[in-house]
Amino acid sequence: MSTSNPFAEGTEDIARKRLIGRVFVAICFASTLVGIVALVALIVDVLYESWGWVTWEFLTYPPSQVIENFLPGGRGAGIYPAIVGSIFLIALTAVFTVFLGVGAAVYLEEYAGDNWLTSFIEANIANLAGVPSIVYGLLGLAIFVRGIQLGSSLIAGALTLTLLILPIVIVSTQEALRAVPDSQRQAAYGVGATQWQVIRDVVLPRALPGIMTGTILSLSRAIGETAPILMVGAATSLFVAPDGLTSPFSAMPMMIFEWATLPEPEFQHVAAAGIVVLLTILLLMNAIAIFIRNRYDPRS
Amino acid sequence: MTANAGGPRTVSKAETDDHRSEPTEDDAPLGSPRVADPVIKSRDLDVYYGDEQALHGIQMEIPERKVTALIGPSGCGKSTFLRSINRMNDLIDIARVEGDLRFHGKNVYDEDVDPVALRRKIGMVFQKPNPFPKSIYDNVAYGLRVQGKDDDVDEQVHTALERAALLDEVEDQLDSSGLDLSGGQQQRLCIARAIAPDPEVILMDEPASALDPVATSKIEDLVEELAEEYTVVIVTHNMQQAARISDKTAVFLTGGHLVEFDDTNKIFENPESERVEDYITGKFG
Ligand SMILES: Nc1ncnc2c1ncn2[C@@H]1O[C@H](COP(=O)(O)OP(=O)(O)OP(=O)(O)O)[C@@H](O)[C@H]1O
Ligand SMILES: [Mg+2]
Repeated sequence: MSTSNPFAEGTEDIARKRLIGRVFVAICFASTLVGIVALVALIVDVLYESWGWVTWEFLTYPPSQVIENFLPGGRGAGIYPAIVGSIFLIALTAVFTVFLGVGAAVYLEEYAGDNWLTSFIEANIANLAGVPSIVYGLLGLAIFVRGIQLGSSLIAGALTLTLLILPIVIVSTQEALRAVPDSQRQAAYGVGATQWQVIRDVVLPRALPGIMTGTILSLSRAIGETAPILMVGAATSLFVAPDGLTSPFSAMPMMIFEWATLPEPEFQHVAAAGIVVLLTILLLMNAIAIFIRNRYDPRS
Repeated sequence: MTANAGGPRTVSKAETDDHRSEPTEDDAPLGSPRVADPVIKSRDLDVYYGDEQALHGIQMEIPERKVTALIGPSGCGKSTFLRSINRMNDLIDIARVEGDLRFHGKNVYDEDVDPVALRRKIGMVFQKPNPFPKSIYDNVAYGLRVQGKDDDVDEQVHTALERAALLDEVEDQLDSSGLDLSGGQQQRLCIARAIAPDPEVILMDEPASALDPVATSKIEDLVEELAEEYTVVIVTHNMQQAARISDKTAVFLTGGHLVEFDDTNKIFENPESERVEDYITGKFG
């Protein structure tokens, strides 16, 4: 025994555990693969369907019920009013959420005392983040469209989307604020800064990348939402772009939904073209989020 | 000044005849030299974290323009005492302070004292260097700006950097980030930031514990120089450091009692308390 391998004991056990480890890796890898394959298949399918349909005319013309108008040589038809509608909608939503979301998060995190009421509010905000978007649509319909008589307008849509993403923005902003190291706050308090100065000079700049990332990711969720703006009464096909807060509006997901339900098979290509435009805008927004995070990170 | 500021000390619980007996709660520490004109005077100061009492009846008089070292084993309340001087404990939700802590005779825990105004007179340097992610210049200027002392910021920044013995090393890179400096330079930057608005007192909580020996000795030299203009209160775990740089030494022992407070020479050569002697000679702690 003494001359043989001193590590012989227990090797079987180690081999078995290692095998379990390999199986585990295989399962994890398969899971990753499923996700990636599904995503790639989706994108490839959409690109294939829309190939040749995303033209300059498609981006700059109002929609049409007649498929010939979408074809080369036709009168020209596209998604223009919905693009403008979506961009206005998101811009307005961004303004509302930044003020309300960041304001609420700063209050809860920096000013509110550590009492049961604060915990209660925070727990409820977290719960609200999980409420289905159609419920927010109903709420928006009741409050903004009917309650305060905004009608099926751009602003009613934006307020509804704001309600939808506000909980997520508040929670992610709170997290960003919490991640600011205490040593930084103490440094500022230590030289005689007031709480407001500490928040303005130290906490917010440091948390800004996190706040922006959370906000932009929420906004890119909002831009793809169909249910709430459907409830609020966004138009399915509108021929002019909205030109004011109270004008009726259409949005890209609505438009795509509308085309997808039309009977002529060619409209599937139009819908796919709409999806490509929507995805491109989404990707752009996410890219901006990453850029801002890197650019404005005070530590770099 | 409040009414009883200059009044007689309460003798009831403190003064016992037997000086070698260990102090009980609320007792004056052994030694307790008379300090002419103390800047900071704490009387019966108790600090609690929730239900835990971290400091018991601290009595101490901190002399002006001297270095006062606070030493003692980990968890004995040195940082807690330091933070109670400039009310940084206010930032800890569960912390509660009872008793008196007088700055020029005024109890800083009086209702009419604004902790922000207090901290403008009592600056602080922390254990880990914590510069802002801003330029060196803006780091030093920060205190000046928040305090509205912003005429001639340039000159004040330069003076502060010079006093903090950092100017020579950073003079031509004032615009680069404070985070690009070495640990020792960062700590001197933090010292410059603390002294730029010209406080009277500087509190330092183990300012050199994260630094190598060379950087440490620079900080030590600096502390001695600072004492020519400022009152310095410094927490340290390093006995030799306390012996080298301080004029007075306060020894806290486990449980949050200030056991002995006296001239540094006296504490290190001939302490009254056996426990202090044991601690200093490394028998425990
Ligand atoms: N923020 C806090 N919350 C609760 N308890 C605390 C807090 N800070 C300190 N304490 C407690 O108060 C006591 C004294 O802590 P303190 O930090 O003042 O000790 P210290 O002498 O500075 O120790 P060290 O040398 O390790 O820094 C300890 O028992 C500690 O657990
Ligand atoms: Mg400490």
